[in-house]
Amino acid sequence: MHGFVFPNEVEIQWSLLIVLYPFITGLVAGAFVVSSLYHVFNIKALKPVASFSLLMALSFMLVAPLPLLGHLGRPERGVLIFLTPHFTSAMAGFGYIWMFYLILLLTETWLVFRPDITHYARTTGGFKGLIYRTLTLGMTEMSEEDHRFREKMIKVLAAVGIPAAALLHGYVGFLFGAIKANPWWSTPLMPVIFLLSAIVSGIALLIVMYVVVMKLLGRPIDHVCISALGKWLLAFLVIDLTVEGLEILSMAYEAEESWDVVSQLIVQRIPVTYFGVQLLLGSLIPLVVLGAVAAQARREGAASTLIFAAAVLVIIGVFAMRWNVVIGGQMISKSMRGFTSYTPPLGGREGVLAASVLLMLPFYIFSVIVSLVPPWERPAIAEGELSPEPTEAVPAWEAADSRVRSSAWDWERQ
Amino acid sequence: MPISRRDFVKLGAHAAFGGLLVYTLRGVVLPQSTPRVADAEGNSEYDQYRPEDHDWAFVIDTMKCIGCGRCARACKQENNVPWEPQLNRTWVERYSFTADGEVCVDSPAGGINGFADEPLPEEVRGKKITKSFFVPKLCNQCENTPCEQVCPVGATYKTADGIVLVNRDKCIGCRYCIQACPYGMRYLLPDERVADKCTWCYHRITKGRLPACVEACPVGARKFGDLRDPESAVSKILAERNTSVLKPEMGTNPRTRYLDLDGEVV
Repeated sequence: MHGFVFPNEVEIQWSLLIVLYPFITGLVAGAFVVSSLYHVFNIKALKPVASFSLLMALSFMLVAPLPLLGHLGRPERGVLIFLTPHFTSAMAGFGYIWMFYLILLLTETWLVFRPDITHYARTTGGFKGLIYRTLTLGMTEMSEEDHRFREKMIKVLAAVGIPAAALLHGYVGFLFGAIKANPWWSTPLMPVIFLLSAIVSGIALLIVMYVVVMKLLGRPIDHVCISALGKWLLAFLVIDLTVEGLEILSMAYEAEESWDVVSQLIVQRIPVTYFGVQLLLGSLIPLVVLGAVAAQARREGAASTLIFAAAVLVIIGVFAMRWNVVIGGQMISKSMRGFTSYTPPLGGREGVLAASVLLMLPFYIFSVIVSLVPPWERPAIAEGELSPEPTEAVPAWEAADSRVRSSAWDWERQ
Repeated sequence: MPISRRDFVKLGAHAAFGGLLVYTLRGVVLPQSTPRVADAEGNSEYDQYRPEDHDWAFVIDTMKCIGCGRCARACKQENNVPWEPQLNRTWVERYSFTADGEVCVDSPAGGINGFADEPLPEEVRGKKITKSFFVPKLCNQCENTPCEQVCPVGATYKTADGIVLVNRDKCIGCRYCIQACPYGMRYLLPDERVADKCTWCYHRITKGRLPACVEACPVGARKFGDLRDPESAVSKILAERNTSVLKPEMGTNPRTRYLDLDGEVV
């Protein structure tokens, strides 16, 4: 504790678990956007990760409410948010928005993998076969008409999913941005900042997960795809940094009464996580690296390694950003004359161990899902049973991408 | 396999039934309301008090407060506010201004032990103090209530007489209200794991008694009354004297008003 804090502020209320909550929902939003870039906007270079990212989004989505539930003082009453919502509260919308988005994600994932599920249901026996037959929902055959309908619906859901993802995560930003009592939170830019950093973190984790999974499986990495992801990451990082910079700049320039305490917060209380990790390590260094790689326009191993490294830094940076917002904001005493401090405990319901388990859980869920429907092995589609990929004309710069694709595939042998 | 209309209707019916089932879960999760106690004439104790007939107000005279801390102690005893960890529904702050323009605030243990034996904070110790006063704090019972606004389940609510209360049987312990209160008035009860706050001793004022802190104050620094009664002390003060509220820029429109409040007080 530093300076004067009100007597009831001895400990901070929203702990490490509440840092995880926006971090995890952000990854969902970001992964989903990548999937939609392919399914809606037909960005062909992203094809290798289009369904991969959907499964990633789903895995994280299933875990998203757990940190919230774990943090509640009375978790057994958590269901009241659904049953007796008080709609002037931003938080009351959480259950509904989450549920809506989960249904959308499940539906789109099911549609995308329906040919695979149908295929496996026919070819797999035993318990696993039973799972596949259950997943077909009793519809074991796919007609031509089914197939056309499926393609159309994927596109519609992927399109609806973009504003839904924006809602899901913009809403998380609003939860914080609408708290006028806290000068570090209270800004109408908060939903935008949360949304942009969400997309940034989602793309970054997708790059990392894709590369790691391909390495683990001994499969070739599609460098055209990594290069495209790197460019999208760069673009969103630039916008994200601009908006975040704009926010702090206008706060500093206008220098209202609250700037006094906010500037003390970032300079004295959280300089390492704010300037060091969030800005330098997690934003500026990746920005330079991604910019340099994009300028070189090379799509091979070394470039992919750099993009991978930048992505790792970006993820760390976004996690630091969530920490700085959630924990940093609560460090400011409502007296505006002092600061509380917070070090997460190791054990306990809201400790580092519990948080680590929650952070690992989506990866475990992901591994279970991909063991059922590996997105890198689409037998039903490869066999030419169906042709579910979009067939629109390829934009010029995408055509250029596909020319270098063949050489990129040789990278493994170099 | 196309889904027939019949199947679709069936599915819808099942979903509706499931929804109904979930909805009735409310009864399981929410405790039943306590039965009312009735007196000989059949009036329940709740019926005798009509919130709509009152408009409570609180006035604090900062120049009268001597920092004895009796109010904060009385409150702890009256309302079972936890002593450990040290939480407060009401507390007293000491403001010290030095000759070189420094402002120092302290409130060790919320001032429950009084300030008579309390040394000045280190920052100002030994310096020339030009001005010093005490500021008692308690819930502002805001008209435009941030804590009530953000409660996701409606556990926090405002009564017709203007008091903001917490339904402990409904609170889920999300602590959004604690974040939203600009005055740091709220806290989480360590055992019950639900939010708690000053109620202006609602259990007392609805029976015609004064809040415990007002009764305990030896110098009349805390004044409580009904604005519907033009002869009440609070009505007269608000009509005749200069008062102000804490953090007016928050737009919360507090019911707690301060006489002679220094601009440095937040």
